[in-house]
Amino acid sequence: MTLRRFGRRNPTIVIGALLLLLVTAAAIAAPLIAGDPLLITPVDRLLPPSEKYWLGTDHLGRDVYARAVFGARISLLVGVAVAAVSVVVGLGIGLAAGYWRQVDAVVMRFMDGMMAIPAILLAIALVSLNRASVFIVVVAISLPEIPRVVRLVRSVVLTVREMPYIEAAVSGGSRGRKIVIRHILPSTVAPLIVQATYIAASAILIEAGLSFLGAGVPPEIPTWGNMIASSRLFVARAPWTIFAPGTLLALVVLAVNLVGDGLRDLLDVRLARRM
Amino acid sequence: MRAGAEPILSVEDLHTHFFTQDGVTRAVDGVSFTVAAGETLGIVGESGCGKSVTALSIMRLLPPGLGRSVGGSVRFGGRDLLTLDEAEMRRIRGDRIAMVFQEPMTSLNPVLTVGEQIAEAVMIHQGKSRHDAWARAEEMLTLVRIPDAARRVGDYPHQFSGGMRQRVMIAMALSCHPQLLIADEPTTALDVTIQAQILKLMLELKGRIGAAILMITHDLGVVAETCQRVIVMYAGRKVEEASVLDLFDRPLHPYTRGLMASIPRRRPGAPRTRRLQEIPGMVPSLREPLSGCPFAPRCPLATARCTAEAPPLEQHGAGHVVACWEAGRIGVS
Amino acid sequence: MTEPVVAVQGLQKYFPVQRGILRRTVATVRAVDGVTLAIAPGETLCLVGESGCGKSTVGRLILRLMQPTGGRILLRGTDVTTLGEAAMRPHRRHAQMVFQDPYASLNPRLTAGMIVGEPLENYDDMAGADRRAKVAALLERVGLRAEAMHKYAFEFSGGQRQRLGIARALALDPGLIVADEAVSALDVSVQAQVLNLLMDLQEERGIAYLFISHDLGVVEHIGHRIAVMYLGQIVELAPKATIFAAPLHPYTEALIAAAPIPDPRARTERIVLEGDIPSAMNPPSGCRFHTRCPIAVARCRTEAPLLRQVAAGHAVACHLRP
Repeated sequence: MTLRRFGRRNPTIVIGALLLLLVTAAAIAAPLIAGDPLLITPVDRLLPPSEKYWLGTDHLGRDVYARAVFGARISLLVGVAVAAVSVVVGLGIGLAAGYWRQVDAVVMRFMDGMMAIPAILLAIALVSLNRASVFIVVVAISLPEIPRVVRLVRSVVLTVREMPYIEAAVSGGSRGRKIVIRHILPSTVAPLIVQATYIAASAILIEAGLSFLGAGVPPEIPTWGNMIASSRLFVARAPWTIFAPGTLLALVVLAVNLVGDGLRDLLDVRLARRM
Repeated sequence: MRAGAEPILSVEDLHTHFFTQDGVTRAVDGVSFTVAAGETLGIVGESGCGKSVTALSIMRLLPPGLGRSVGGSVRFGGRDLLTLDEAEMRRIRGDRIAMVFQEPMTSLNPVLTVGEQIAEAVMIHQGKSRHDAWARAEEMLTLVRIPDAARRVGDYPHQFSGGMRQRVMIAMALSCHPQLLIADEPTTALDVTIQAQILKLMLELKGRIGAAILMITHDLGVVAETCQRVIVMYAGRKVEEASVLDLFDRPLHPYTRGLMASIPRRRPGAPRTRRLQEIPGMVPSLREPLSGCPFAPRCPLATARCTAEAPPLEQHGAGHVVACWEAGRIGVS
Repeated sequence: MTEPVVAVQGLQKYFPVQRGILRRTVATVRAVDGVTLAIAPGETLCLVGESGCGKSTVGRLILRLMQPTGGRILLRGTDVTTLGEAAMRPHRRHAQMVFQDPYASLNPRLTAGMIVGEPLENYDDMAGADRRAKVAALLERVGLRAEAMHKYAFEFSGGQRQRLGIARALALDPGLIVADEAVSALDVSVQAQVLNLLMDLQEERGIAYLFISHDLGVVEHIGHRIAVMYLGQIVELAPKATIFAAPLHPYTEALIAAAPIPDPRARTERIVLEGDIPSAMNPPSGCRFHTRCPIAVARCRTEAPLLRQVAAGHAVACHLRP
């Protein structure tokens, strides 16, 4: 299938992916395309967008453009890390719980308990115990996502394990581990990819929320949440300080969700046609 | 047999195509036949031969946006069903023509009682009052011999067994006294002893209500038990049509002969061979245009002419038509 | 007499029916309730009956894909009834299965080579090239081309898939193949191809089949002996010719009479069994068939008939016959 045909059939994926590619490229190239996000220039406080400061400056005279570009690094990092951690951990637990009955009873009750913990409260608790850091934020957001992944994986396993080809593998002498890895794991990939995009989108939002509440990444580090938090007092005088991080946040989350929706439709159709 | 009787349904050169991402499938490719009042016509063939699509085309129940009848006509009651608008079609469907499907559970609404479902059809099509319609529903359930019908009329579909559900479907289909009942594999999902009950019931009721039946099946046993005339379909086309006795006594198309020889069923007195006759190969893809006879690649009698030129349907005896260049040779042997 | 490839005695499988959040057991489905049979090498024993009679469960119990509730299973003389998964493994290779659904029984994400090669990988430590050669030979034996091993399962037609399933079952050279409605999903012309293949393989390799089917025509073609099941129990067991020529149990008679005969001249008024198949959850008392039996008497309602030998190789469970 040519790229153009793919684009015409799956416009949401292409639009979302292009947006994400753009933001990722900017985040990687941040030191090349933007100035120092931490540089404080008190004389240039709360300047509107201009030739020198494309998106204006904040209340400490820091370049909003530079901070927004560097902030993308944290947001994307948190999104990807949370998705990766929760999917990998959740996949392992879900496969075991779905296939081995004895594991199931114990693990699932524990997961039910975990699901009851809100990410925000967990993060606030963890941050107050440790020093605020990206690592703590990733852990705090990932933990409550894990049970959701486990439930998804487990439900796929429960469906697939009833398929006659599993019985065939058993009577062909395959052991449990081989059956899980060869016959069951591949069926979880498609739904997990889709789920991972949704987790990434929500992680980016939660991270911003945590930073806004001051329970996230340390305030001097530029993140979109921190930027929105620090500019909330000056919104009336300097709306540009909140415009850049807010728009970027919305766009990135939208882009990730577009990709997720597109993938879901695409993978579903593939499965349907294969049947 | 009933050659003189005026046909109630006449399908002329029907073409139905399915439009998918991978191309156009010619599911029905120029099929013509008629059904006379009160007769039972069988359409037999293997999966993918177009027999069910033919039925859905007549009922105009093709999956919207995917399947469409692109040519031919379906004349019923003096009108071409293919040209009717949806509202007119709805008036005919379930009233003048009714259908019974293979899987009754999917064609019954699970949240309505069977009585409500039958009564609704009667109210819509015959303009009866709720009270009369309900009485009719009860009467129909008694007619299809559901024990304790007066009570069961208020039960939901899931409270019935598979065989009882198919009885409910038949009751619903016959509730408006249709002229034509299309039965698409009505007993395929049922156990043999239940299948025997349902076939017996259908034939009995057909006589009482005077409906014609279009029996679509893959099972030559069911055809032999129930039909008067038979059409054999292959790759979207009609390859043979004959009275049931003629077809079983003197099958002329090599495909029909192959089908009959490959059934392991018990024919009293038939000689027993250890090996069943196979039809080699498989059904052709209906996506590519077929040149010549669609059965030629699997046919033991195929000649160069068969792969080059599609054989027309030709008369070989009264009411017996065959699409085969070699039919004359077979008829003699 | 040679040792049977499989013998089961008094086999039982009960399924608890659980309801509510506490998963209380409210009833028991007696899917298989006291089945005794044995299959000799190279023999085809057919299990026939209608849905819910327990015939598929018997097949799965013999392969220990399920744990029996009671009774004994002897595979080639060894009692495997209570073996754990690890202890069972060496015995598995002697009994394989061919499934009904040619789609669901092959993993769509694997190639034909991986599917057929998997049992070889598990038991015979065969190197890549040897294994490929063996897979190629198996594919060719079932009528597929050796190159087909690189194609994915979903690229095959229904009949070809069933051939693949047979190749997989043959891979370990088993003495017994349980064929669970192995041709029911196929069109007649393809069904004939697969039946011929199964019979050729039996002649060639002396494989025994437990052939589970609802189709009497197929059973009469392929079977040596026939066991008729009704609600978890065998009601009649006899050589094929006896079953079809002189059935004794009224249920066997009704089954044979109900199968439509592909001959319009054979249309006759015949006994059609009334009523539905009762649920295995609350099987009728006494003889389980008495609710539908045309000849039942008072005794049938209270006293369960035993399966007893009435002639050489012919057993029937009926108070009134012969």
